[in-house]
Amino acid sequence: MEVPQKGGFSFDLCRRNEMLVSKGLRSPSFLKTGTTIVGLIFQDGVILGADTRATEGPIVADKNCEKIHYMAPNIYCCGAGTAADTEAVTDMVSSQLKLHRYHTGRESRVVTALTLLKSHLFSYQGHVSAALVLGGVDVTGPHLHTIYPHGSTDTLPYATMGSGSLAAMAIFESKYREGMSRDEGIKLVAEAILSGVFNDLGSGSNVDICVITKGNTEYLRNHLSPNPRTYPQKGYAFSKKTEVLLTKITPLREIVQVIEGGDAMEE
Amino acid sequence: MYRLSLDVEQPHSMGTTIIGVTYNGGVVLGADSRTSTGMYVANRASDKITQLTDNVYVCRSGSAADSQVVSDYVRYFLHQHTIQLGQPATVKVAASLVRQLAYNNKAMLQTGMIVGGWDKYEGGKIYGVPLGGTLLEQPFAIGGSGSSYLYGFFDQAWREGMSQEEAEKLVVTAVSLAIARDGASGGVVRTVTINKDGVNRKFYPGDTLPLWHEEMDAVNSLLDIVPAASPEPMIS
Repeated sequence: MEVPQKGGFSFDLCRRNEMLVSKGLRSPSFLKTGTTIVGLIFQDGVILGADTRATEGPIVADKNCEKIHYMAPNIYCCGAGTAADTEAVTDMVSSQLKLHRYHTGRESRVVTALTLLKSHLFSYQGHVSAALVLGGVDVTGPHLHTIYPHGSTDTLPYATMGSGSLAAMAIFESKYREGMSRDEGIKLVAEAILSGVFNDLGSGSNVDICVITKGNTEYLRNHLSPNPRTYPQKGYAFSKKTEVLLTKITPLREIVQVIEGGDAMEE
Repeated sequence: MYRLSLDVEQPHSMGTTIIGVTYNGGVVLGADSRTSTGMYVANRASDKITQLTDNVYVCRSGSAADSQVVSDYVRYFLHQHTIQLGQPATVKVAASLVRQLAYNNKAMLQTGMIVGGWDKYEGGKIYGVPLGGTLLEQPFAIGGSGSSYLYGFFDQAWREGMSQEEAEKLVVTAVSLAIARDGASGGVVRTVTINKDGVNRKFYPGDTLPLWHEEMDAVNSLLDIVPAASPEPMIS
């Protein structure tokens, strides 16, 4: 006997989705930054570095993105993982830090940023996929930390993260020395990023660098551009003998009629 | 797939060797310094012996994120407790707090800890808080993946009422034995000795450890050209 429908839930789509997954369908993935990000402590501060490639699976989605995020005037943070997550979590903590500065009237500390970031990431149990290199100089000196998506943190003199971290760490492990000068530091950071750019498929394009010292921050956007475009920036050059057929542009006939002094709209 | 099988995206775990030993005047805690994600060593100089109060430390194993959060909470609660009481917290209180967090959140946590310290009431004490969140008062405790290689060694080598030197030597020997056989343990050996006089940190770089079966001396190693590091770990 037919029973008339009386509402309730329909699970048809759940069964359809289950079937599609079992047949091998993959849902589209998020924009991820297959990345090389690094940081090191030098004689008077911290240097952060990043490549500028953003990927969507095998596609390069952005060839010149920014991965060194602002946290506070004296603190910056490199992000790897899902681009939306690194952007959201750094923006959120950056605003919390600014409110904290208004409240206390003091410069932000790196440990404050570290604690805010790690407690957020831990509470999402790794589902916020942000792997970060946090660096800055505060009243207690220069600091460098790495933060993993599950919320664990490390404190190190030099650090690398992202898919290119192995290539970059190979450079740091063989050439890092305590108490390097500013120029030596920038050179080593650039070399570590280049190692990721050239040896890791997920990393590429340019090198961004951020130098933080006591009372001063320098953001060197596109410090190196080892991969210039090989095709024209804009416009196209036509080969000789190309016939120019038409140069005069005939505007299309207006079909919208403007009625002046029409009736007022009524309700 | 072109991806190497060293999965850098899985959670951080401390495939670890951690040890706590009591001796006639206090305790010695010991740990290796390796933190790994899958097959990649994420940190080769980590500090797994974390301070809770002036006179109580904890050795952490398992998930790095979980053990850091637990020890951060316990440090915070002990700080409050110390202010309210007006005197240092006992090792038993610290261990009970670790147990309370580990037991109440056992479904969320993947971490085993060894709490050790000295107080004026009970002297040097070691407490083990393994995975399920039970609290065990022990004369010595071992933990982490490397501990499987050490049960027999401790049954043979541990004695009641050792001197500080004997206890420190036992801990360093045990951690170096575990490093030699456990792939997930490695790096340097860190120790923390706590007694009535205070706290003393020591560390032993890989090339100063005893050589065991089939091990060879380091030749032309980076350690020869890099200046010796300091026993103080970098603390956040």
